[in-house]
Amino acid sequence: MGKQLLINDLDKDGIATLAGYKTHGGYTALEKALKMKPEEVVEEVKKSGLRGRGGAGFPTGMKWSFIAKPPGVPRYLVCNADESEPGTFKDRYLMQRKPHILVEGMIISSFALGANTSYIYIRGEMMFQYHILEKAIQEAYDAGLLGKNILGSGYDLDLYVHCGAGAYICGEETGLIESLEGKRGNPRIKPPFPAIKGAWGCPTVVNNVETLAAVVPIINMTGDEYAKIGIGKSTGTKLISASGHINKPGVYEIELGVPVEEFIYSDKYCGGIRNGKKLKAVVAGGSSVPILPTELILKTAKGEPRLMSYESLSDGGFVTGTMMGSGGFIAMDEDTSIVKNLWNFTRFYHHESCGQCSPCREGTGWMEKILHKFIEGHAETKDIDLLWDIQGKIEGKTICPLGEAAAWPVAAAIRHFRPEFEEYVKKGRSMIDVKHYYRINNLQPA
Amino acid sequence: MAKVTIDGKTIEVPEGTTILNAARMIGGEIVPPAMCYYTKLETSGGYCRTCIVKVSKGSEKDPRPMPKPVPSCRQTIMDGMVVENITSPEILEARAGVVEFLLINHPLDCPICDQAGECSLQDLGYEHGKMKTRYEFKRREFEKIDIGDKIKLHMTRCILCYRCVKVAEQLTPGRVHGVVNRGDVAEISTYIQHAVDNEMSGNMIDVCPVGALTDKTFRFKSRVWFTKPVDAHRKCDTCSGKVRLWYKGEEALRVTARKDKYGEVEEWICNECRFDHKKTSDWTIEGPSHIDHHSVISANHYETGNALAALKHDIAKQQKQLEGNDMKLKEGAMNPNNQ
Ligand SMILES: Cc1cc2nc3c(=O)[nH]c(=O)nc-3n(C[C@H](O)[C@H](O)[C@H](O)COP(=O)(O)O)c2cc1C
Ligand code: SF4
Ligand code: SF4
Ligand code: FES
Repeated sequence: MGKQLLINDLDKDGIATLAGYKTHGGYTALEKALKMKPEEVVEEVKKSGLRGRGGAGFPTGMKWSFIAKPPGVPRYLVCNADESEPGTFKDRYLMQRKPHILVEGMIISSFALGANTSYIYIRGEMMFQYHILEKAIQEAYDAGLLGKNILGSGYDLDLYVHCGAGAYICGEETGLIESLEGKRGNPRIKPPFPAIKGAWGCPTVVNNVETLAAVVPIINMTGDEYAKIGIGKSTGTKLISASGHINKPGVYEIELGVPVEEFIYSDKYCGGIRNGKKLKAVVAGGSSVPILPTELILKTAKGEPRLMSYESLSDGGFVTGTMMGSGGFIAMDEDTSIVKNLWNFTRFYHHESCGQCSPCREGTGWMEKILHKFIEGHAETKDIDLLWDIQGKIEGKTICPLGEAAAWPVAAAIRHFRPEFEEYVKKGRSMIDVKHYYRINNLQPA
Repeated sequence: MAKVTIDGKTIEVPEGTTILNAARMIGGEIVPPAMCYYTKLETSGGYCRTCIVKVSKGSEKDPRPMPKPVPSCRQTIMDGMVVENITSPEILEARAGVVEFLLINHPLDCPICDQAGECSLQDLGYEHGKMKTRYEFKRREFEKIDIGDKIKLHMTRCILCYRCVKVAEQLTPGRVHGVVNRGDVAEISTYIQHAVDNEMSGNMIDVCPVGALTDKTFRFKSRVWFTKPVDAHRKCDTCSGKVRLWYKGEEALRVTARKDKYGEVEEWICNECRFDHKKTSDWTIEGPSHIDHHSVISANHYETGNALAALKHDIAKQQKQLEGNDMKLKEGAMNPNNQ
């Protein structure tokens, strides 16, 4: 296996406790960082080439350098631990198994940004991890790693965990800030961006759990060394939540640049498709990103092997490519109905739309109802075109990217799997459903 | 000052002006329709997306086009910006899409809706929508509720423009109503049957672009096009006292604030002026109102389309049929396919 920097030592005794974490090199990065100047920490992160692990892949160092610094105004760092994108379960794993890496990463990052109050906004359903974080934070306070004059450096930081109420939209950074402020989690209209006007109108940086955790190895090994891992502009390691019809679902830390084929079939990672079936399609970065059929996920349109990196996954744009997204890797075997899966995804976006903008509020529900027609067996050919038209009228016309997140999967499913929609129209169901029926009833097809 | 060109017309406007307001300064058909923006309400706009435009040149300094359509009510202009509204086929198509979205769950009960004739959604549908809907599913429904003794909330008609929420936030101390739930089941509501009781609360009726918030003292009294607007004022300690009275024959049926040609209130009025003074003797009459808001009440606006004639015909027919019936039976009487 390639280099692992985040979940390398999960098998070590007591790694979830402060003592165990420290025994295995924990909090050395913090000691090192507190001896540096905040700008130098930002500089290291810039050099590392670290990109946001929450979905958009924006360079973290650059994001940090955008933060406004008006005198006398507090700044905030907020960790986005809302993790609700279907297919993504890496942040909860990391927080549960190694909470101190997040706490350490947050102290270093807050120091770099000049924030004296920081928050972890955790998804409401993750009470278990919430208690683990609370405990870790208490341990850190008791050891003088949080609070006043951290390790004698003169730097003060208070860190709070804030529990959401379980809404996907509160993972969108401005929806998250609204929710943190105690309001309805409606995303804000940007600009202004949070780096200028975020929580309570003050400059705020929102970063994903994994992004902030990655700051720890970056400081330990230096940004330049970190940048040597990975490929091109996709530096470092990335946690991938692998699920679906694979032999070994789970969270894997990969060096960016591993070929997708190796990731799926090698025993180091997913271990191939279960029950000896063939791979049909992959959603590579969480439910929002375009689905790709086997041919296009293993090789780009140019015939090059596709790699697990930001650039390679998006090679070919949306016509033949997809996105790294949050790293929620969902593999589907030959018995999967793409239409049913799409209906399920669309149902999710319909349920989670905040309802502020008309295209997303009305369009998501409309698409769900049309997709349900396919599954019920009374869709017509015009419904395929209608779906295509509706998704196009949502995309790019909304306040936050949830509109796009709902539109892209629909577009990609039609783009790559139109014949399957047509089969539903013609036969009222798909052969996949028939096979499924035989299988679950132990029947032999006639 | 900054220069902006909208659909080929150039104007100089102060920095910080939004594209929508710059377009309004130019005037005419290049003004994008706005269903949620309201000049007098801070942070309004950005929700409905009817006002979207294309920015084909960002500014003199950075001429790159903006990647997505922008809401003209929130996007401020930069010097040298070039904007396409009605000259962009994509925008017209996208706007038609927004109109369709706004209408798929709308009950289209115009024949029995008090707002008909002065409804921004009707205007929008006629001017920017398509003749037929492609929606074939059950429409969303809510129970009607009273918010206070003077205002009726007919949530089924609401387009979630958030204007009334901003009124509650900005005009009445201690906001008592807002949005509950999310997505397409989000609704305007009060906090657990709390009555909206505040001397400025009636303004939410005026800002509501559709018939979701109506004046209970006027409900079902008359179609608005049978009433004549007259400007009047009285001495009032709470508000400016400058209102519009709506007469049918000798009788003033309704009092509203005065609205400009974009349907926006010129000055807020208080509930006392609105609900408690309907006698002509209470008012100093200034004269007939000048209505240039392009709505059914200003005659012949829709001369180009047969749509209006069809609607008027439909409405008249249905009214006849319905007269004397139980009001409840009237709901949804109109064919939902005739958007
Ligand atoms: C609808 C929606 C949901 C999102 N949910 C999450 C989430 O659960 N966790 C997360 O880290 N980012 C989420 N994001 C992305 C955040 O808005 C933001 O880009 C991210 O937290 C930035 O952190 P990063 O730069 O470290 O990736 C979501 C975005 C959208 C539009
Ligand atoms: S795109 Fe959807 S979720 Fe995002 S602000 Fe608009 S309605 Fe809300
Ligand atoms: S009730 Fe009227 S003003 Fe309030 S959100 Fe709905 S449409 Fe807008
Ligand atoms: S008026 Fe601009 S988005 Fe509604």
